[in-house]
Amino acid sequence: MQSFTTHTGIVAAINRANVDTDQIIPKQFLKRIERTGFGQFLFFDWRFLPDGSLNPDFELNQPPAAGASILLARRNFGCGSSREHAPWSLADYGFRAVVAPTFADIFFNNCVQNGIVPIRLDESDVDELFRRAGAAAAKGGQYHLHVDLKACTVSDDAGFQRSFAVDPFRRQCLLEGLDDIALSLRHTDEIAVWETAHGLPAAAH
Amino acid sequence: MPSAPRTLLDKIWDDHVVCTPPGELPLLYIDRHLVHEVTSPQAFEGLRLAGRRLRRPEATFATPDHNVPTTDRRLPIADPISKQQIDTLRANCREFGVRLFDLDDVDQGIVHVIGPELGITQPGMTIVCGDSHTATHGAMGALAFGIGTSEVEHVLATQTLRQAKPKSLEVRVEGSLPAGVTAKDIVLYLIGRLSTEGGVGHVIEYTGECIRSLGMEQRMTVCNMSIEAGARAGMIAPDAVTFDYLRGRDHAPKDYDAAVAHWEKLPSDPGAVYDRVEIFRAADVVPQVTWGTNPAQVTGIDAAVPDPAAFADPNDRSSAARALDYMGLSGGTRIVDIPLDRVFIGSCTNSRIEDLRAAASVLRGYRVAPSVRAMVVPGSGRVKRQAEQEGLDRIFREAGFDWREAGCSMCLGMNPDTLAPQERCASTSNRNFEGRQGKGGRTHLVSPAMAAAAAVTGHFVDVREWHYK
Repeated sequence: MQSFTTHTGIVAAINRANVDTDQIIPKQFLKRIERTGFGQFLFFDWRFLPDGSLNPDFELNQPPAAGASILLARRNFGCGSSREHAPWSLADYGFRAVVAPTFADIFFNNCVQNGIVPIRLDESDVDELFRRAGAAAAKGGQYHLHVDLKACTVSDDAGFQRSFAVDPFRRQCLLEGLDDIALSLRHTDEIAVWETAHGLPAAAH
Repeated sequence: MPSAPRTLLDKIWDDHVVCTPPGELPLLYIDRHLVHEVTSPQAFEGLRLAGRRLRRPEATFATPDHNVPTTDRRLPIADPISKQQIDTLRANCREFGVRLFDLDDVDQGIVHVIGPELGITQPGMTIVCGDSHTATHGAMGALAFGIGTSEVEHVLATQTLRQAKPKSLEVRVEGSLPAGVTAKDIVLYLIGRLSTEGGVGHVIEYTGECIRSLGMEQRMTVCNMSIEAGARAGMIAPDAVTFDYLRGRDHAPKDYDAAVAHWEKLPSDPGAVYDRVEIFRAADVVPQVTWGTNPAQVTGIDAAVPDPAAFADPNDRSSAARALDYMGLSGGTRIVDIPLDRVFIGSCTNSRIEDLRAAASVLRGYRVAPSVRAMVVPGSGRVKRQAEQEGLDRIFREAGFDWREAGCSMCLGMNPDTLAPQERCASTSNRNFEGRQGKGGRTHLVSPAMAAAAAVTGHFVDVREWHYK
């Protein structure tokens, strides 16, 4: 997994609640058996018009979001289907962090498995970030945020700084880009003890 | 010393924590792992690349469901990419020694239908699957939840998962179920009250007289949609209904009485404390119909589409406005005045034999409205066979429904069963998201009885007033 320590990037603001994983990556792209190359399908039905051209009304296609790597979103981001294709497509498009008031549980876990930091902030703070991103866009500019996973802070260069909470184990895995299966396989003896205590025959591997 | 009273969740959790290494998340043992073609290929590939094997192949069961055609199974799969994904599942199961219920097997079906049906799902177990509707299995008193593909790979390799313990939420539904109201109406009503994120971080335990009175398959319908309220899982304490359902099924324990004696200790102890409690009255529930693009955007059949301006919260207001625009509806339209183009009866929410019986009893002696195209997709090969033995297929066909082979079908439209843009569908599935059943398609979630009645009349109708023939 790609490690994450600090990241400064352009913010893309998608101002709608309950963005589900069917929108992040529609089902017609789930037939692939690879883990890569999903960025081209990110938000497909919102990004593209029926004729295949870019939808100019969708936030991600507008100049303030060009080159964005931090997604600013509303409540319950990533709800619905468990498809890990959603963070795969976000990561492949170039996103390294998502900021929202709340996330759906499975999506949250899928992000940290793929080097994307999901950042929960109070709704009032998210409102403030939308205001700041909007103000930058109104002046024809772009809005940047800085994420520091060591300090667990998110900040801009105009005085906004907030701490965010992240599970210490997940944080360590992200900071070091750890393979969590290898970590768990260190506990094979304990797993075998559990199995024996529960009357199971010895495991195959 | 007597231990503190524990919830059903506490008991299953405590029994499955293998260890909590210092500074790490607990490793939770997983009893059963269900696998399908869409969320597993990358996990098996990951194992191959790392030179890893399955720790416990016999705890893993696979079936193709999401992407399979529901037409004649003897014909080759027309879509080459779908075919490749199903062939990949076959090859992976062969290589890694996983039991596969393939397309020609009567036991093939939607993974959340076949698990309970074959007795693979049992009370007190931890069950995972790379699918968010895994909570279905919680209806049997299991802790069952959806996971991503990286976690699928983790379970395949270690038979465990890294998990923080979720919080517990008791959702109590008091009183008896009103006549003509079903489990689907109950759960849609609950989602409408809890909101799409009301359950985030929690496992819901459904309790109360109304829940206890439900049959096993209706309980599955309730637990199935827990994710639609954001919950990690949903569960119902096992009781005589559970034990009667499971007895004699293929994978049920051999020493059944001993198993039952163990399972009887699982229900939450008197005085057990939940992190949160929400209480509802069954008497308040009428047949439900969603009007928007998430399952919490729902109302009663006797109501009207809401006016977005009526929502106090600005997020809810803009969501409603956007949803109505997508759905081609306006505030104030009565639900019974919404006309339909399609009807879909199926999905892991409502494709079991009791669902098909409920729909067939409405349809008996009626014809589908000329303006409506309707299909029924049984949840498994066994459900299909049972329905045919009972003559339900004849009722559906004579009414003008398509009678199909088992699979997820138009719940998510990965296979050729999809809505065309702007087509409006009454669906017994679980998600009314934009484009879920086909790009531009408009989905209204309802119970099987409500879907059948709507197929006949061509618009929504209150099934409580249905004239059964």
